[in-house]
Amino acid sequence: MSGTNGTDSVSIKTTPLYDCHVALGAKMVPFTGYSMPLQYPTGILKEHSHTRANASLFDVSHMGQISIWGSGAAAGLERLVPGDITGLAPWSLRYTQFTNDAGGILDDLMVTNAGGRQILVVNAACKEADFARLKAGFRGAADIAMHVNKALIAIQGPSAAAALARHAPGSKALKFMTAGAMQVAGADAIVSRSGYTGEDGFEISIYADAARHVWQTLMAEPEVEAAGLGARDSLRLEAGLCLYGHDIDETISPVEAGLLWSIGKRRREQGGFPGAERIQAEIADGAKRRRVGILPEGRAPAREDTEILSVDEDVIGKITSGGFGPSAGRPVAMGYVDAAHAKVGTALKLLVRGKKIPASIVKMPFAAHRYHKE
Amino acid sequence: MSDLKFSKDHEWVQFEDGIATIGISDYAQEQLGDVVYIELPEVGQKIALGEQGAVVESVKAASEIYVPASGEVVEVNSALEDEPGLVNGDPTGGGWFFKLKLDDEAELAALMDDSAYQEFVEDLG
Repeated sequence: MSGTNGTDSVSIKTTPLYDCHVALGAKMVPFTGYSMPLQYPTGILKEHSHTRANASLFDVSHMGQISIWGSGAAAGLERLVPGDITGLAPWSLRYTQFTNDAGGILDDLMVTNAGGRQILVVNAACKEADFARLKAGFRGAADIAMHVNKALIAIQGPSAAAALARHAPGSKALKFMTAGAMQVAGADAIVSRSGYTGEDGFEISIYADAARHVWQTLMAEPEVEAAGLGARDSLRLEAGLCLYGHDIDETISPVEAGLLWSIGKRRREQGGFPGAERIQAEIADGAKRRRVGILPEGRAPAREDTEILSVDEDVIGKITSGGFGPSAGRPVAMGYVDAAHAKVGTALKLLVRGKKIPASIVKMPFAAHRYHKE
Repeated sequence: MSDLKFSKDHEWVQFEDGIATIGISDYAQEQLGDVVYIELPEVGQKIALGEQGAVVESVKAASEIYVPASGEVVEVNSALEDEPGLVNGDPTGGGWFFKLKLDDEAELAALMDDSAYQEFVEDLG
């Protein structure tokens, strides 16, 4: 999957779709060691709106794709994540986190039960550490491989299903958070109905040598345009989804992050994952701080690291992701506040360039999820 | 737009009757991407050469705009409040930021004319 861009003195990796991005006129930026498209000539706002109205293609080949084979894969994985993996039905997906002994989040990931193996999709910045952690965790008891020869393409938006079905009829039958092995435009693929935008959509894992063909085939569909990392970020922010290294990190627990829904009943009760002590205590007694949605008044975006004040102007937290929400038509943000101030409707002030901007805590998402659940 | 002068920070200035109208160049708006908010100065505010006059927020990031000459703010472009996209669509026209009554118009001598600025931008690659 990873080539190198020989013109740079620092070695920067490229995905198998690098040439496609350049041909489309993308603004390429370094991101977690890869040269990635930040935006195409249409710009982030239009890419964002097009995704919500039609369908967009995203190259997410920088992300790590890891397989763990064997009958012990699910049980072994449960020693590293709090999600219910042994209870995951074949060809279903689950969102979970790698936790540390202090109950913080080392990475967040998707796990697919692909019959005889578990397929993990992990963040690009964490993939080497995740792979090493899995190797150490399984101590040779399972075959584990990082798929360096694979690409990952996401197609997201209300028209994604129709566009993809023309080249992968079997994808139509998938429901949200399920997957299947099928051909996409004649290429062997694993397709899951999932994504990072809040919209209906799919992630398509293919071999690197088929990536350009699949990308160009889907790009030729009338509903489909390319979208870059900029739109991916504004879409996931409006969807209320966490970005690793910003909204979650090794100090923040899944309970604080509002991710308790991803920890099943059995795992909450039995523990048996790193940091279970803290996480179980927070389930019982509540977390000290909570991730909340925040709506700043007016039009000034409140960005990451903006201080959050109570109405009495005590510092009660910090914004972890914030910006302009193109579909919301106004600035939106998420961040952490002390539990005492975390109730929906709580009035706040945000310190933006020395000015105190009124804001309030709201329920997320900022743009309603439109997943294909039925 | 040959009467515009440009700074190395990609602001443009149009000077007439002691008043300098200030905005950002087409190159700057292109680099910033979609503009979603502009924090403008107050009318009556005095701003010295090189100080911050405005903040432009694009979808991606916030960027400070430094004034290319000292003066007092006499007017701001309030149309930008509801239509920040003017900065992208018409950066050297309807997308102007504010007007300064200059203390010393000689400070403008350091600015580039249009052809020098185009050359400067090309050299940035």
